[in-house]
Amino acid sequence: MKPRSFEYLRPASVDEAVEALARYGDDARILAGGQSLIPMLNFRLLEPLALVDIRHIADLSHIRLDGDMLEVGAAVTQNRLLSWPDLARHVPLLAIAMPWVGHFQTRNRGTVCGSIAHADPSSEIPLSLAMLGGEVVLQSPRGRRVLKADEFQTGMLSTAREADEMIVAVRFPTGSGKAAFREVARRHGDYAIVAVGAVSLSPSEILVGIGGAADRPVVRRYASNGGDLMSEIEALAWELETYEDLHASQRMRRDLVRRLAPAVISELRS
Amino acid sequence: MIEQKPKQRVTLTLNGRKVTGDAEPRLLLTDFIRHTLGATGTHVGCEHGVCGCCTVIIDGVAARSCLAFAVQMDGATIETVESLADEDGRMNALQEAFRRHHALQCGFCTSGILMSFTDFLRRNPEPSRDEVVDVLCGHLCRCTGYANIVDAVMDVVEAHAPPQRDIGAV
Ligand code: FES
Ligand code: FES
Repeated sequence: MKPRSFEYLRPASVDEAVEALARYGDDARILAGGQSLIPMLNFRLLEPLALVDIRHIADLSHIRLDGDMLEVGAAVTQNRLLSWPDLARHVPLLAIAMPWVGHFQTRNRGTVCGSIAHADPSSEIPLSLAMLGGEVVLQSPRGRRVLKADEFQTGMLSTAREADEMIVAVRFPTGSGKAAFREVARRHGDYAIVAVGAVSLSPSEILVGIGGAADRPVVRRYASNGGDLMSEIEALAWELETYEDLHASQRMRRDLVRRLAPAVISELRS
Repeated sequence: MIEQKPKQRVTLTLNGRKVTGDAEPRLLLTDFIRHTLGATGTHVGCEHGVCGCCTVIIDGVAARSCLAFAVQMDGATIETVESLADEDGRMNALQEAFRRHHALQCGFCTSGILMSFTDFLRRNPEPSRDEVVDVLCGHLCRCTGYANIVDAVMDVVEAHAPPQRDIGAV
């Protein structure tokens, strides 16, 4: 499987990159790590006229603490963030969720922001961003804007990004509590069928996030010591829309939520 | 209608040697390495990032060469399985361990697996067995059942042998 012909552009700056996007509109795609994009090109699920390679743009390669946010530039690979020594201290959820992102070999090239841009409903990084209430920084020739995670991801593989906008960075709130994360996939590292994360917000409150059970991440807050937490989770599992694909039926997804979520919550409590 | 884009000149360092070729933008790195540069040790299985056969080391990190374009590689340093044995064809410690442990049968997946562990062991010379299994998850092998591959890698880890000949590339 070979991709269709396209124009390859390697802009030297974000300004040049967004100019190219403005010129091509929907016919251009940003190429960063390419670990989600290139399979789609090889399958010809996407046939853009131009690819705009942003890997070499210097001001996109930062990992930086900024107030109570951790900002990650669009050229930062998943393995680079994962090996950032302070990750577990500042964003514990990411530190435990990211080893589940793809494989060692794809994390070496795949970017953090690329995973956000791809917006797969079962992906770990968009799920973490949604759970923590993070932000996506977009730039276009018209300027910059910042969207909350839930404003950005609008559905299955779809986002609020305009055709002339690119993600320049993503911001994860720091200082969240202990976290737990698990998922089920056909093979470790393949796309999750269902992924579940939990974060303790305070001694009495937890956050539960579910990927792969709706067209985008589902995030709920619960009282952590309420005796009926497990029945609330059970109710949520039946409430979720879920979807069917090659890997799992709707019912299987529901059952995975019913089994994974209690396991993750008890891991959080342990 | 097949529309061709003009070819671009790509110069990169392959296994310590500077090489040049021309590539249309859509040419995958796998095809560039195999067909344009003629280094056929790198194999192609799925061409969509699932099997790991095509794994090479790009600028110091193992990655799937079917998920990269040749034109992105101008100025890059690439290592393939051909870099592992020395000039006289003597295999390195990792390759020797694969042979000893019968960690390959048809060998189709092997070059990719060797390159993944070449990168991984450089960065983590003393991994646990679980960590080795985790890296191996990025590969499919239809012959061995994986256990012998893990044994071979662990053998190298335990012997503390340097996993590769240093070609001074990274
Ligand atoms: S050929 Fe590249 S991963 Fe299968
Ligand atoms: S040895 Fe045959 S596929 Fe691995």
